[in-house]
Amino acid sequence: MKTIIHTAAIETKNLGIGYHLKKGRKKIVHEQLNLKLRNGEVTCLLGLNGAGKSTLLRTLCGFQPPLSGTIYLQGKPLDSYPQRKLSQMVGVVLTEKTNVGNLTVHELVSLGRYPYSGFFGQLKANDLSVIEQSIEAVGISHKTDCNVAELSDGERQKAMIAKALAQQCPIIILDEPTAFLDVTSRIEIMTLLHKLAREQDKAILLSTHDLDLAIQMGDCLWLQGKELPMAVGSPEDLILQHRFGVFFNKDDISFDESTGKISMTTPTVPIGIEGDFKVSYWVGNALIRNGFLPSPKSDNYLSVVCENAENLKIYRQGNLWKVSHTVAELIQNLF
Amino acid sequence: MRMKGEKKSAIFYTSLSSILLLLFIVSLVYGSVSIPLSTILDILSGKETGNNAWEQIVLQSRIPQAITAIMAGASLAVSGLLLQTLFRNPLAGPSILGISDGANLGVAAIMLYFGGSLSNITDYPISGYITVILAAFVGACIILGVIIYFSTKVKSNVILLIIGIMIGYLTSSLISILNYYASADRIHAYVMWGLGNFSGVSLGHIPYFVMFSSIGLLLSLLMIKPLNALLLGELYAANLGVKIKRTRICILFCTGLLTATTTAFCGPISFIGLAVPHVARLILGTSNHKMLLPVTIFAGAIIALLCNILMIIPGSNTILPLNAVTPLLGAPIIIYVIMNRKNIQYFN
Repeated sequence: MKTIIHTAAIETKNLGIGYHLKKGRKKIVHEQLNLKLRNGEVTCLLGLNGAGKSTLLRTLCGFQPPLSGTIYLQGKPLDSYPQRKLSQMVGVVLTEKTNVGNLTVHELVSLGRYPYSGFFGQLKANDLSVIEQSIEAVGISHKTDCNVAELSDGERQKAMIAKALAQQCPIIILDEPTAFLDVTSRIEIMTLLHKLAREQDKAILLSTHDLDLAIQMGDCLWLQGKELPMAVGSPEDLILQHRFGVFFNKDDISFDESTGKISMTTPTVPIGIEGDFKVSYWVGNALIRNGFLPSPKSDNYLSVVCENAENLKIYRQGNLWKVSHTVAELIQNLF
Repeated sequence: MRMKGEKKSAIFYTSLSSILLLLFIVSLVYGSVSIPLSTILDILSGKETGNNAWEQIVLQSRIPQAITAIMAGASLAVSGLLLQTLFRNPLAGPSILGISDGANLGVAAIMLYFGGSLSNITDYPISGYITVILAAFVGACIILGVIIYFSTKVKSNVILLIIGIMIGYLTSSLISILNYYASADRIHAYVMWGLGNFSGVSLGHIPYFVMFSSIGLLLSLLMIKPLNALLLGELYAANLGVKIKRTRICILFCTGLLTATTTAFCGPISFIGLAVPHVARLILGTSNHKMLLPVTIFAGAIIALLCNILMIIPGSNTILPLNAVTPLLGAPIIIYVIMNRKNIQYFN
């Protein structure tokens, strides 16, 4: 395996983000950000609504100026890049509504060659082959000549990613690329981004609300919250260091470090559970939902023995009490 | 498929230019005075026909009118297309955003305040024209500036459109005030100008009109690349390297020039700017300006010539006002587009 040298594609020094208001006042969203975005990795930016994710992404894309501090792109300050050079450095996929319904996928992706093509947008042989490779990399070659309006939401997102690829940027920034997609398309998009980061050594930064997928597929997570210092690290480290809770805990909702899911506050009524691994996992899921805390089997409280999916036995004080044949029936029997 | 595209564009351009040529000939032949086709061909080729009146009609009236229609149609259609792409709103157009109202106000100020007809403004008819064009251009640019200002303040296109309509009302109210204080003959001249026509440009003035509108059309052709990027929205376009502010000003300047020139020479003409880009998109099936812009130019010229022909009621001397005819073609197109927006790809 080749040694991967992780160079920072984006590095921020004491970055402050926010907006200039009238009369010289500022609305500071976040301050003192010292972040590193590395090549070859997928970095996921997580945070509740209002945490400032979009502001951070817009600032890193160069759409709005920072309030303080500096952003370095491959070692050079972002504001030292002329616009054309910047567009060869950072490619974006946004949630903005587009009017490209009756362009073909090829025409849409060819817009990614804008920073390279001539005054009238003529495409040379090299441009055409980059466009073709970009479409192929996202796996929609069979749709090259289809109109964008004919694509599914997932394919449309892939076409936008292909546009960013055609820009041949080392950095790709995506604003909620999996929002509005069905569950398979989400996984497809995340897998695709992961593959592109690894195979083309891109630095990929995306914002998302999809905690599961970010933990599963993100090489690095940035957790952003109002008036909290940014938490940065691999998902596993952040979980094991108990860093998630502060960002996602709210009233009855909490981050469960054993499952990596956001759930209702941990229930307290203990119930014993043992048996087949898969069956007991899902029985446990149903029990938590109904206010029980799965625990080791004991005679002190009710216990469930899962022999198989059709054979769920409830024991009371060590004696067989009821037998259920589905999980739904089990829950009914418990009440 | 891309080879097919080239073939497709060849077919489009050939058929569009044939239709244009056909309509041009029809508009020379067809009129309230009937002149045989052979005589018209003789007049065109400079042969002696012995009928001075007919020569006068063809050379001094029908040819300038047809050329005016072609240039005006193309100009308005292109400015409609530019505005629709810039504001990413299919209902944007020179008349709806108040831009032609601005031109109206400029012309009203000149015509109602300074004189009843164009030639009264100065002793030199040419500079009179230029004064009116300048007035129309300044008026259009002021409204454009206001629209640009609001377009940086409000994100919603619907709200911007409503602001445009409101500005239109405001300029109309200013025009009403000017009307109130103007003398009857001046008002009459202004109202006649307001009905729109392609016949107001004499052969001597044609070069000026053609020159101004050609500059605007050429400018628009130079913006094909950024126009395509703008289809993605301003943020995407900026990320691709489009200088948004400069492009926006270029597009609005171009629109202002085209709308103002046409409005100054032909009066405010409704619906062509709004409807023609839709016709072009519907027959083409693409929003790629590389094809869409030239086809919009052709389609605008064709539809304006068609309106010019439809103005003449067969077998009578009556000629309908231009603005009575354009909505007959334009309004149904817009209603069709809006009713079918779910099935029309460029809305998605």
